Amino acid sequence: MENGVTGGGSRTAPAVRMSGLIRRKPRRRVAVVGAGLSLFMRRALETGKELSYYAAAQALESAGVRRRDIEGVIMATAPDAFDGVHMKGDWLLDGAGGVRRPYMRAYVGGGSGVFSIISGWTLVASGLFDLVLVVGEEKMSSCQPHPQSAFLTIFDHTIERPLGPNLLWIFALEQHRYMSTYGLRNEDIALVSVKNKHNAMNHPAAQVARELTVKDVLASEVVAWPVHRLMVSPVSDGAAALVLASEEVARRLTDKPVWVQGVGWALDTSYWGNRDLAYPRYVEQAARMAYEMAGVTEPRKQIHIAEPYDPFAYKELHHLEGLQLADKGKAPEDLAQGRFARTGALPVCPSGGLMGVGNPIAAAGVMKLCELFWQLRGEAGARQVPGTPERGVAQAWGDLMQVGTVAVLGTR
Amino acid sequence: MTREGTRVWHGTMPVQFLYTPGAAGLRFFRTLKERGVLAVTRCAECGVTYLPPRLYCENCFADLGKAWREVAGRGRVHTFTLLHVDREGRRLEPPDIVAFVRIDGTDGGLVTRLVNVAPSEVRLDMPVQMVLQAPRRRRAVLTDIIGFTTAGSAPPSQPRRRRRR
Amino acid sequence: MAKPTARPHPVIDAPPRLPMRGHPLSDDEFHKATPTVAWAPRLEYAWDTGAAIGRFLDGLRAGKIYGVQCRTCGRVVTPPRAFCELDFKPMDAWVELPDTGTINTFSICYVTWDMKPLRTPQIPAVIEIDGTVPRGGFLHLVGGLRGTTVEAIRTQIAVGTRVQAVWKKPKDREGAVTDIVHFTPLRPRQKAR
Repeated sequence: MENGVTGGGSRTAPAVRMSGLIRRKPRRRVAVVGAGLSLFMRRALETGKELSYYAAAQALESAGVRRRDIEGVIMATAPDAFDGVHMKGDWLLDGAGGVRRPYMRAYVGGGSGVFSIISGWTLVASGLFDLVLVVGEEKMSSCQPHPQSAFLTIFDHTIERPLGPNLLWIFALEQHRYMSTYGLRNEDIALVSVKNKHNAMNHPAAQVARELTVKDVLASEVVAWPVHRLMVSPVSDGAAALVLASEEVARRLTDKPVWVQGVGWALDTSYWGNRDLAYPRYVEQAARMAYEMAGVTEPRKQIHIAEPYDPFAYKELHHLEGLQLADKGKAPEDLAQGRFARTGALPVCPSGGLMGVGNPIAAAGVMKLCELFWQLRGEAGARQVPGTPERGVAQAWGDLMQVGTVAVLGTR
Repeated sequence: MTREGTRVWHGTMPVQFLYTPGAAGLRFFRTLKERGVLAVTRCAECGVTYLPPRLYCENCFADLGKAWREVAGRGRVHTFTLLHVDREGRRLEPPDIVAFVRIDGTDGGLVTRLVNVAPSEVRLDMPVQMVLQAPRRRRAVLTDIIGFTTAGSAPPSQPRRRRRR
Repeated sequence: MAKPTARPHPVIDAPPRLPMRGHPLSDDEFHKATPTVAWAPRLEYAWDTGAAIGRFLDGLRAGKIYGVQCRTCGRVVTPPRAFCELDFKPMDAWVELPDTGTINTFSICYVTWDMKPLRTPQIPAVIEIDGTVPRGGFLHLVGGLRGTTVEAIRTQIAVGTRVQAVWKKPKDREGAVTDIVHFTPLRPRQKAR
């Protein structure tokens, strides 16, 4: 056995593939034709089935279709351990309109919310179906004493759990590496909480909308430095849903279909001590796949709205860089200059995001897709971004903290 | 790899749960507690009466929030089994009778135990009726129902005679 | 978190302006006023460590940190694994690594896994172990520091601080990641072992 390894070829880990991520663009186009949400709540009276029903029924009604028209169902919901129901996706099925329908569960942890539309898209793009219902649900309040305890199993059972870990560690460790790599300050990151909670004041389903200052955020207790309490999204119960249609059906249902122009997804290694924590390479990979499919070659010009996943304040910034919408380490600067405000050059999380609306894990990602749907049709009310946005990107993340799921939606 | 190179690591998933009854469930359990009858929802379009009650018709997705009815706890044994061992593997003497009872006037039923009846007397489709905890002992949960017994045999609110092991 | 305020019948902005549904419960309503059902499942597991981690743990018991090299791409990684997940080839070139490294990142955590406060914080860190190629490592704790405030701790460690493993006494080791008590900053005059 060799005693240590010195020098030698310092081989870097394989880089992100730059192109040729898909073999060919599917020719069958898929559109979003309806969207719906339940309220997002800290603890709901409703069962997960009932929450799913609220969102699914609203999506169907907004699309002008009935359950009997639906040909396939996608149920996106994260760990069974939150709701405390084994085979949760299947159990939720009747509330998600899925009885006696071909059904698939979309399940990549926090990435499920956008994996939902990816999965639904494959059912329509393949030609199998013309009308698919996509539902995301989470009921985290069932998990006691705190849903975080269900996250303990994200850590390796043998070489990590004996250290007595806590989910917050992962985020805090990542945020610190990100800040240290680029010389960022907590003040820069706190602005995300301020922006998103402010944006959520106009969201009817919002759970934690508030007017805050950076000072308020940094005055909140340190839970795991550098993370302060007001930089963490809440525990939530809620559901969200979309109706997807083939082009022919979409054009019969609405004169404003929102097209799924591109989808992408990627997982990185689960050995997170071997990953670059300052940069979400898996988000870049997923984004490049979606952009390639969508024909987006200059994301900063061609993407008009972004809904990156923001379970913690710094993650919005981290993910914007992975989405190629900001230079590495520069997203906080762009934020501070107002680029990402609703009235800025690239509105980011005009919905209010997870930080403002809430974080029922899988439903949160679907909520972001609902937001893009409404924004691109000019139906976002007080949250509407100015101008005529034509293309948006939604992204989710999670799982063992290494999945990126991306969808590009557009008016053409 | 030598034999010492493999090991087993023990651990748990330390989660507990507190389940809400749901919007429909809340009404079902409150009705059970306060009036000793079963609240159900009916979809007129599909002609289905749901027990357990749903807020929505799973078939046509109609909102059933205003489509409540009440039925008495009477029905028939749709199927049953005798449990000779409990979850820990201990013998049950006499065996527990677990049944699925279809409730009259609904398209559903309840998984329950048959009480105050000998295993040898149980027949498929035999009529049974609900046995409830005394009103003041009900807590708006499923165990307010002690079980079902042969119809016409004992009054509906007979206290439980057999002790659980 | 602030208590949810009653929302006056929110509706969605988009036509046909449907109502947002849901009955939020307060903490009191949830725990006391609503009839709920409690369940505490006993979920107990016996996880096989696998051949690679099994040997890694044996190494820890002997006071050593093992890594393993992929003969195809040349990476040297710890914690060790039986195969290279990139080349999909066996990783069977075992190496003993130094028990020193560098802090890649750390946090100062004041809450437990079930969100109870901790007066003395835990300091989790990703420690890049010397000898890994490219530099990488695993989750562990930093300890042996003075003070419990963020300010005090940050005067003693930073990203990039060189650290050394502090081991349990040989008789107390059991072949677990906790055979290393924590990593602590290398004093300037200390040499790496």
